[in-house]
Amino acid sequence: MARFLIRRLLWLIPVMFVVAIITFVLMHMAPGGPFDKDPSQRQVDAVTQKALNAQFGLDKEEWLDFAALSKGDIVGFFDTQFFTYMIGGTVKGQWRCGFICGNLGLSFRQRGLTVQDIVLKPPEGKAPWDSKAGYSLRLGLLALFFAMLIGVPLGVVSALRQNTPVDYASLFIATSGVTVPNFVFGIFLIIIFAVFLHAVPVVPTSWDSPLVWILPTIVLGFGLLAQTARLTRASMLEVMRQDYIRTARAKGLGERVVVWRHMLKNALIPVVTIMGPALAGLITGSFIIETMFAFPGWGRQFVTAIQQRDYSMILATTLIFALLIQIANMTVDLIYTFLDPRIKVN
Amino acid sequence: MASAAVADGRSVNQAITKPPQSLWVDAWHRLSRNKAAMFGLALILLFFFLAIFGPMLAPHDPLKINSGKGFLPPAWMPAAWVSTDNVGDPQFFLGTDSIGRDVFSRLIYGARVSMVVAIIPTIFITFFGILIGIVAGFFGGTADNLLMRFTDIVYSFPDILFFVVVMFALRDTPIGDWGNGLILLFGALALVNWVGVARVVRGSTLSIKEKEFVEAARSIGTSDRNIMQKHILPNILSPIIIITAFAVPRLIIAEAVLGYLGLGLRPGTSSKEFFVTSWGSMLLEGQTAINAQPWMLLAPAIAVALVVMGFTFFGDGLRDALDPRMRGTG
Repeated sequence: MARFLIRRLLWLIPVMFVVAIITFVLMHMAPGGPFDKDPSQRQVDAVTQKALNAQFGLDKEEWLDFAALSKGDIVGFFDTQFFTYMIGGTVKGQWRCGFICGNLGLSFRQRGLTVQDIVLKPPEGKAPWDSKAGYSLRLGLLALFFAMLIGVPLGVVSALRQNTPVDYASLFIATSGVTVPNFVFGIFLIIIFAVFLHAVPVVPTSWDSPLVWILPTIVLGFGLLAQTARLTRASMLEVMRQDYIRTARAKGLGERVVVWRHMLKNALIPVVTIMGPALAGLITGSFIIETMFAFPGWGRQFVTAIQQRDYSMILATTLIFALLIQIANMTVDLIYTFLDPRIKVN
Repeated sequence: MASAAVADGRSVNQAITKPPQSLWVDAWHRLSRNKAAMFGLALILLFFFLAIFGPMLAPHDPLKINSGKGFLPPAWMPAAWVSTDNVGDPQFFLGTDSIGRDVFSRLIYGARVSMVVAIIPTIFITFFGILIGIVAGFFGGTADNLLMRFTDIVYSFPDILFFVVVMFALRDTPIGDWGNGLILLFGALALVNWVGVARVVRGSTLSIKEKEFVEAARSIGTSDRNIMQKHILPNILSPIIIITAFAVPRLIIAEAVLGYLGLGLRPGTSSKEFFVTSWGSMLLEGQTAINAQPWMLLAPAIAVALVVMGFTFFGDGLRDALDPRMRGTG
């Protein structure tokens, strides 16, 4: 068990490195950015440019410093832009830790701020969950609760009353949630509630009132709701036909006890295992929804960074999202071994 | 035939079920009886028809700027909810956009991009996915390991994120200029999605590889290539078809999302071009005009939803039809 955990954790490292390499390569292929000389920006004079380059670590080689290697300098061989960003390197003579210490780099467009400041630090005097990451996390959690709170009972009832109108209604909801893409659904809801009915403002100015959170939560969570309902229904149907359910009924247990104590626990195993990846998917996939609602979250910051060509922000966000997904996928295996004693990890 | 059997005095059960014919004929029978799947197929064919015969069906030139007629609401609106000066013009069925171009015509021309996205990257995905999946599954060993590690890496990227990063990074390069950015889009889409097909093909190959007929073929000296081509491939076609059918809606959604973020197709300028606009670009334009003319946004949104629904229903129907556990029914 512990060996499995450690092996999975160790696999994280090479995968993240390859992800970082791919992202770095893509970033470098884009013309006209801070990694080259940016022709569209106001040209600074050479001395300032050199100082800026030194501060950003841009005066180093990009990948591997072969000139240093030829001099026999092994540390210098790895003292390049890539490794400085990921692990750490010397900047102005001092060692500074990189990505793995949480130093996500300086933002190239919002000069003076580091990426982790932009994303993690809340505005002046507010609580930690008012930061951009905090907002996205809150929205993701709300959407997850919404999806689970409604999706699971829907699936259970649908399975217990199979082929009745209730079943068909919930199947309809589930199918439309899976087929209609979530941003299209968002567009429909915005147009209906904001433009036609004027119930909510199209672009909310303040995010303090809970009313404005309703629409983004529904839009973000509806796809997951539909998936959860389908999964719960299928899982319940499978459990319902098991022999131990028949035994429980034969013992004379009331139907409610049979459902709650025997069916639900087993049927919900697949649902619980998807909660980790679902949350990761919600957080990483929310940038379209956040853009649509002008939600002050991480995803919208990512989209803004794209439009402003803020390379370090894009790089950091991509790496962190990839990391989140890797960790979330790992939790599936972990939770499964805890919940189902028949599964042994090899 | 059924009535003759009943008249024969045989049991009713035998009369109702026909003996199973070949897998494909059976599957087609089940598919054609599936109303949702046939509805989906009708939608798909409708949009293909629109895409091919667009110029003949569109009432206006999608690029023609009708000055002074911007933000007209759809033709059925007798009085706009925005202001009473803007009344629906029966000439423009879904209204006009900010500079007076007909929304309906642009919608029809936009179908081209989505339908082409449904075909071209899919061909690459299927081809490379099958090729690499079969080779990895059949030969095993290092090739298989490499493939599995590679798929791990690709899966750790949230796929929309990868498209965004690729499109963003390469948009201003010469590659991004081919076909108004379409080639880059196809390349990015194909690059990520072939992995899913390869995984499924590899799994199916592994299970077919151990069957007796493969062993028999090997014992008479059939070359590896012939085994893969003539014995394994025809038997794994069902999961391949299903996963391809489900990949298409994801590609169409990806194109719409990228267009909405401003990273998709570049808008065309001359009507001689084949790809004038795309639904993704229309979504982007419509988002800014959401209060003035909501149908600029609603129309492409409904179109995307319809096409995705069509492909998803059809894919669901295919999966049910090709399910080998249902042989002999339907």
